[in-house]
This record gives sequence, C-alpha cells and structure tokens, in this order.
Amino acid sequence: MADGVKPRVKVPKSASAGEVITLKTLISHPMESGQRKDSSGNVIPRSIINRFTCDFNGQNVIDITMQPAISTNPYFEFDATVPEAGEFKFTWYDDDGSVYEESKKISV
Amino acid sequence: MDFTRRETLALGAGAALMTVLPFRVNAAADDAINEFTGGAAVADGGVDLDAPEIAENGNTVPIGVSAEGATAILLLAAGNPTPGVATYNFGPLAGSTAASTRIRLAGTQDVIAIAKLADGSFARASKTVKVTIGGCGG
Amino acid sequence: MKFKALTAVVALCAATTAYAGGADDDVLAIDGEEMISKTDAPAHLAETGIDTIISGWHFREDDTQAMQLDTFDNPGMIFVDQAMDSWNTVEGEAGESCASCHGDVAEFEGLSTKMPKVDEDGKLVVMEDLINECRTERMQANEWKWSGGTMQAMVALINHQSLGMPMDVAIDGAAAPFWEQGKEMYYTRYGQLELSCANCHEQNYGNYIRADHLSQGQTNGFPTYRLKQAKLISKHNRFRGCIRDTRAETFAEGSDEFRALELYVASRGNGLSVEAPAVRQ
Repeated sequence: MADGVKPRVKVPKSASAGEVITLKTLISHPMESGQRKDSSGNVIPRSIINRFTCDFNGQNVIDITMQPAISTNPYFEFDATVPEAGEFKFTWYDDDGSVYEESKKISV
Repeated sequence: MDFTRRETLALGAGAALMTVLPFRVNAAADDAINEFTGGAAVADGGVDLDAPEIAENGNTVPIGVSAEGATAILLLAAGNPTPGVATYNFGPLAGSTAASTRIRLAGTQDVIAIAKLADGSFARASKTVKVTIGGCGG
Repeated sequence: MKFKALTAVVALCAATTAYAGGADDDVLAIDGEEMISKTDAPAHLAETGIDTIISGWHFREDDTQAMQLDTFDNPGMIFVDQAMDSWNTVEGEAGESCASCHGDVAEFEGLSTKMPKVDEDGKLVVMEDLINECRTERMQANEWKWSGGTMQAMVALINHQSLGMPMDVAIDGAAAPFWEQGKEMYYTRYGQLELSCANCHEQNYGNYIRADHLSQGQTNGFPTYRLKQAKLISKHNRFRGCIRDTRAETFAEGSDEFRALELYVASRGNGLSVEAPAVRQ
C-alpha cells in the first residue's frame, strides 16, 4: 500500500428522487508511472491505482480503468442518478492489491 | 536574417523529422483504438472533448469528455510513451455519459476520445493540447 | 547557425512578451468568498514604483486558476485533510498531540498573517520553526523535515485557517534588522546569470522568461500545490529553486538567510489575502 493514501469525495447531503447529481473524488496517490528513473538510473517500477468504481445501493454508476497517464492524486468528476435514499460506495484498486474505500450516505 | 543553403537543409530535415515522428507514436494509439473497437469503423463527431488549448504544466491537464448515448469512452494521449489514459464504463445509475479527470501529457500532442455507443457503433473526437515548458524548474 | 538560432529564439520570446503579459482581471473567489488578490502596495514599496500588489494567481492560465476556486477541486486540500489526522495523533514521549494542547486548529485563525515574526528570544521564526519547537519541546517527538510532506501539510492546515485574511507582517521594531537583511538579499544578484529576485519579480513581472509567465513572487499562497511536482511546496523550497536557476550555490531550507528573505518577501505582500494552499503551475 502506498503511504498515507487518503480519499476525499464530495456528495450532496440530499437530493430529490430521480435527480442527477455531480460527484467529485480525489485520492492522494503518487501514481508512479513506470517511466521514471531513480538517481542511479534504474527504472522506478510502476505503482498506480488501476481502477476506480462508484456504486449506489449495489448498482454501478461508473467503472473506470486507469492508466499511468492519470495524474498524481487522481481526480474524477461525474454524474449519478439518485433513485432513492441510500449510500454511495467508492472503491480504488491499487496495483499492489490494496483497496481503498469510502462511502457517503444521501437522503431523498 | 539570411540562412545559408546548409542551414536551410538542416532546418528542413528537422521539420521533416517532426512530421514523421507522429506516425510512429500514433501506431500505438491505433492499436489501443482497435482493441477497444474490435476494428469497427469510427465516425467523427458526436463526442465532446474539453481540453485546454495550452497546458501550463503537462503533469496535470484537466480533460473532460462526454458523448450522448455512450456506454463507454476510451481516452488516449497519442504522444505519450504509452497512449492509454483511461476507459470510462458507464453503469445503469450514471447520471450522464460524461466524466472529467486530470492527466499527464509528455509534450504537445493530440488527446483522443473514442465513444462506444449503445447501438454498437463508435464515434471519436480529438484535440491538440500544447504543453509549455516553463523557464523555472524545481 | 547557433548564433542565428539564438537570435531567432530571442525574437520569438520578444514576440510572446508583446502579445501577452500582465496580470489578468479575473476574480479570485474561493468557495464563493472573494479574496484580496490585487490591492495597493504597502508604503515601503513606494521607492520601487510598484503601486499595486498582485497575487500569483492572476498570472496563471484559466485551467490552473480554476483548480483553486473550489476547496474540493484544489488538490492541495488532500494534504490539509492529512494534516488534520496528524493534528489529532499523539506522538513522542510526552504523550501529546497538537490537539491535546491547542484544541481546535481554528484557533490559529490569523496566525499566518503575522508570520514570520520575532519571538521572545529575539529570534526570527517562521511557521515551520513553531511546529518543530512544539514537536521537540512539548511533545518530545522527532523534528519534521522542512520540506517534507508532513511538515508542509501542517503548515498548509494552519495557514488555511487564515484563508482570505490580509497578510500583515511586522517590519519595524525587533523585526527591522531581519527585514533589512532580507531586503538586501532580494536585490543581490546571485549566480552565474547574475539575477536578483528583483530582476524577475519586480522589474519583469507580467513578462515571460521562456514560457514562464513571471509573477510578483508573492508568498501569500504558500505552501503551494505545484502541478509540476504534484505536491505542496514550501517557500524555502521555491527560494532555493529560484536561486539555483540563477546557477548559484543556494542557501539551505531553514537557514537564517531564507528566514530573513521570507520576512521581506512576505512584507511585499502585506494586504493580500492568505490563499494557502494555492495552486500554481
């Protein structure tokens, strides 16, 4: 697991049923691309978050495959439909097998 | 300022090299596109790609993309060492078929978005982003 | 060939300078709260001919500017969040955390507008000094590295409590000799390129140095999330970078020279809102 990985998500506290809302997510992660070399000329191995998903009450909103061209501290902004009150679940999958999770409730 | 014949030739060779290079890097991007589309034809238009004309730093370039009726969108940076950036797969609760992120660009190049539409067809958009290299490092 | 190429480059640079330049007229409002990003220069700048002091934000491209307008979009804020965890973490022999002595970090509202300042012992101190003094003396924990991620995140958290408040460092009394030292450094030409801070940031702000749009070199947004390094950058790290770019041997981060320079540069921004953590290129 990369050090001190910290997710941040922005979800409105409430919405009306069927409303489309905008979600924003940010997570601290170096996203080491595998293209850089260290001071002795050795390639620094790739270590990135390779997938991000957002689900609401078990149904998928977005599923993103991420490549090394995503910037350090990955940011995503996207829209979701809120059919009822419930919980958003955000999941980031690291190359090293670590999984970072965050959830946010929303009322209708 | 006058250039000698030799200098003009040197400049011409440089310019020729610059026009040849993109073909090489685009091959990798074409492979990525073919993998996504399965070789199907890709129509121009129908995809909205929001990218800055000039990025102050190639490390963090904001890119937004949307395509009406898309089930998935592939985002590529044709001039990067590996062209892949991200693939957005929209689920049943997606509120729109749009998403924004921040990406790395190794230099001035084309950013390409390919949308897979619900009817199985594909559409594309591309935009050139100039990446400036500042005078002040570190 | 070489000479002509250089001439061509210079001509190109001149053209760039001619078509663009200066600060833009956009409004800097963070989460809707308007910042003082342009205001009358403090009295001590009268001799320089600068009558308006301008935040570095006005010299950036729109996309860079946009990242600072919303405290969620600002990638520097993840580190402010991380520092909140450090704030509550007990460390060291004394069994204390920041929170166990100071309670709510909001109590530090206004502190960064007065920094650097001269302490009771007559020493010029900056925020990093105050943090490490707490850690070593009261928490009996290890010192944090000056430009380390944990340190700069904590500086950003504390400075962020003063978001929007105008900078107001003291330059008279006990601070005067340090301020004079810093001022002398500001006008000293360093390195093989023989450039002073003033050459770029006083005489040429608004112009381009290669593709870099020169600002006034204000420090009200530090620590700054720099897109180039994708992390929070300390003032001393930026000072070091500038002096190194003049091809000089630079001073160390945390040196007395940089403390004095930090005071002088901060005083040139007296009146501008604290923006920490700002977003720059």
